[in-house]
Amino acid sequence: MSVTAEFDTLPTREETQRGLVAIAMSGGVDSSTVAAVLQEQGHPIVGLTMQLWNQRRLPELQGDGPKQHRCCSLDDVYDAKRVAQHLNFPHYVVNFEEQFEQRVVRPFVDQYLAGRTPIACTNCNTNVKFEPLLRMARQIGAERLATGHYARIRKNEQTARWELLRARDESKDQSYFLWGLSQEQLSRSEFPLGELNKEEVRALARRTNLPVAEKPESMELCFVPSGNYVQFIQAYSRDAGISLSQNEGDIVTEDGAVVGHHNGVHNFTIGQRKGLGFAAGKPLYVLSIDPENNRVVVGDDDSLRTTSFEVNCVNWVSIEPPSASIRATVKIRHKHEPAPAVVEALGDSQARITFDAPQRAITPGQGAVFYDGDRVLGGAWIR
Amino acid sequence: MNLVYLDYNATTPVEPQVLDAMLPYFSADFANASSIHTPGQRARAAVETAREQVAALIGARPQEIVFTSGGTESDNHAIFGVIAESVGQALPPVAFSSLADSPLAKPHIITTTIEHEAVLNACQALEKQGVSLTYLPVDREGIVDSESVRVAIRPETALITIMHANNELGAVQPLEEIGRIAKEHKIYFHTDAVQSAGKIPIDVNDVNVDLLSLSGHKLYAPKGAGALYVRSGTHLRQLLYGGHHQRGFRPGTENVGGIVGLGKAAEIARPSLASDAKHVSALRDKLERGLLERVPQIRVNGALAPRTPNTTNVMFAGIEGEALVIALDLKGLACSVGAACSSGAVEPSHVLTAIGLSQEEAKSSLRFSLGRHTAESEIDFALRVIPEAVAQLRALSPTYLRAPSNV
Repeated sequence: MSVTAEFDTLPTREETQRGLVAIAMSGGVDSSTVAAVLQEQGHPIVGLTMQLWNQRRLPELQGDGPKQHRCCSLDDVYDAKRVAQHLNFPHYVVNFEEQFEQRVVRPFVDQYLAGRTPIACTNCNTNVKFEPLLRMARQIGAERLATGHYARIRKNEQTARWELLRARDESKDQSYFLWGLSQEQLSRSEFPLGELNKEEVRALARRTNLPVAEKPESMELCFVPSGNYVQFIQAYSRDAGISLSQNEGDIVTEDGAVVGHHNGVHNFTIGQRKGLGFAAGKPLYVLSIDPENNRVVVGDDDSLRTTSFEVNCVNWVSIEPPSASIRATVKIRHKHEPAPAVVEALGDSQARITFDAPQRAITPGQGAVFYDGDRVLGGAWIR
Repeated sequence: MNLVYLDYNATTPVEPQVLDAMLPYFSADFANASSIHTPGQRARAAVETAREQVAALIGARPQEIVFTSGGTESDNHAIFGVIAESVGQALPPVAFSSLADSPLAKPHIITTTIEHEAVLNACQALEKQGVSLTYLPVDREGIVDSESVRVAIRPETALITIMHANNELGAVQPLEEIGRIAKEHKIYFHTDAVQSAGKIPIDVNDVNVDLLSLSGHKLYAPKGAGALYVRSGTHLRQLLYGGHHQRGFRPGTENVGGIVGLGKAAEIARPSLASDAKHVSALRDKLERGLLERVPQIRVNGALAPRTPNTTNVMFAGIEGEALVIALDLKGLACSVGAACSSGAVEPSHVLTAIGLSQEEAKSSLRFSLGRHTAESEIDFALRVIPEAVAQLRALSPTYLRAPSNV
């Protein structure tokens, strides 16, 4: 992934200490609390709420009744505005619908249709929040962009690199979604919640009487409020004129025996057990997806465990690109416990990762993030 | 905290004398202007005085003024009212296409591509119901060719609706010629004068309009008060149903305070039109000249057209207009990217694309609109912060090419 913003003319973080800080405000409790924290620290702040997606565009996904806390719902924008009014700092709604669709939604759908299981949040961070939004923040006079991410940034004075670390609160850690950030992006970012746990954030929100202090967390992907990706992909594809014909195919075993049929590879993800549409004597899982031949390969749990895989778009974060293989603990999905492995660079942006012990359901499209303890050494996309 | 406000086309402050004139009607003289009793009669008298004041501003007779909630209602009333009457239907109109196949049952409207949304969206709503529409183009300066109006006329043309001054560019349309053509062909002619009333002279008889919309808050009266001029004898269906207020044209208890404010603002505007225009256009020209001197790669959109004296629309190459508005706001200068009504929209301004700007150029354009109270020191302030902000944005712009040429 390439980040080509021109960040060469304005002063950097070291040069301006108490400059204006922009806050990416979703209207949720986390980013609202960021505003309260920074204001208490005495920073001049400005709030920016991104309008990313027009929910009315795919009306068939609206469902019945008002569903709260969707991405870019007027409620969320209103909540962000209320927080800004409450704390009395300037706030603006900025429109990034075009960039969000081109850089996040469209790739998300394309990846699913190619049989992969993408992570939209990582793309949004790397290509929207910390790219055009950060640029706009700097254009309007802010030196840095603060977000409600649970992660930490620190400067390593020995290596002169900006390091990305896990949040103190392991259960809230979002460093897995931030491996795509460049040194430039990290140097201009701030994650004030990285040292706090969820309870402390809520307590801060209550103490500063934020109007969103009791707002529930949103867990779903922001532009798919129902959580039903398949339905979203179908509706979006129809709207965007992407052909979903040719989508029926076979479900086969590893030795090629046809055991069932499917309605499109985008319905499946590696490791999936439910919804295969047929009953077998033993539990069967999706082992791999072959979009070229429109086949879904299934097998037993043992076959789901593999040791070695390749990644591309490698981004080294807390360390310089290593010249030799390195040892790291590697996390292959948001809920995966990082496991010891060797990361071996294969050219500029590719690498081979070999776990010490087989891991279950290594899924193309997900991120592989290399840790050394709390430090994010780097990350890449699983091929 | 904003120091300088250059967004008077979005709205204006209520003039202190206007507010003073209004205040009694919220308390001491609060009565319903339709009541028989003495307090009611006092309110009625105030409304009728306001009617005379508004009529005088546009050369109309008082009985030709209908008070409304503002420009949007006036535009909707004029457009739906004429069309519904022409096909003999009540409002809200049902699908005309389902009624009859005779072309006369499907009326035709002539308008332009640069109208305000209140006109455009009303026309589009009618278009969906089977009314046929002609959207006349404008030239690069934002002016419609009156001859194109003549050419567009059909036997079933029921209405010509063309704005007086454009809200984004200030471009003043040749209403006199259009009015003459409309009169020759006996077609109703409506103009949205929301952005011209109180800024430049308009006389309904000189320009031969049958219907004219104006809005209080654009001429130093409060929001929520406006008027529709309806020439005597015009067949217009009512938009709202209710009591017999305003001869049934517009039911609903009169907004006496707002109406009094509108009248007072019209009274203040009329004698000072020329001096206001002179003051404001001198400052507007200073702003334009100053920007052209200080900022490379900019262009004044529609600069060669006859314009309202207070408006300028400037294209800054390589800039996101949205970011520039925010940067300027943080520096204490309030202005806008086109119409306030479309803030937050993804689409570039339909007015700017209509005069031939690319999407990129349209999104790089800002509107500065001055007011009666704009001071020279405020223009000096603008001339200091705009070049600063533009440089700050361009330094980080992925699209700005530092070419020495002029655009």
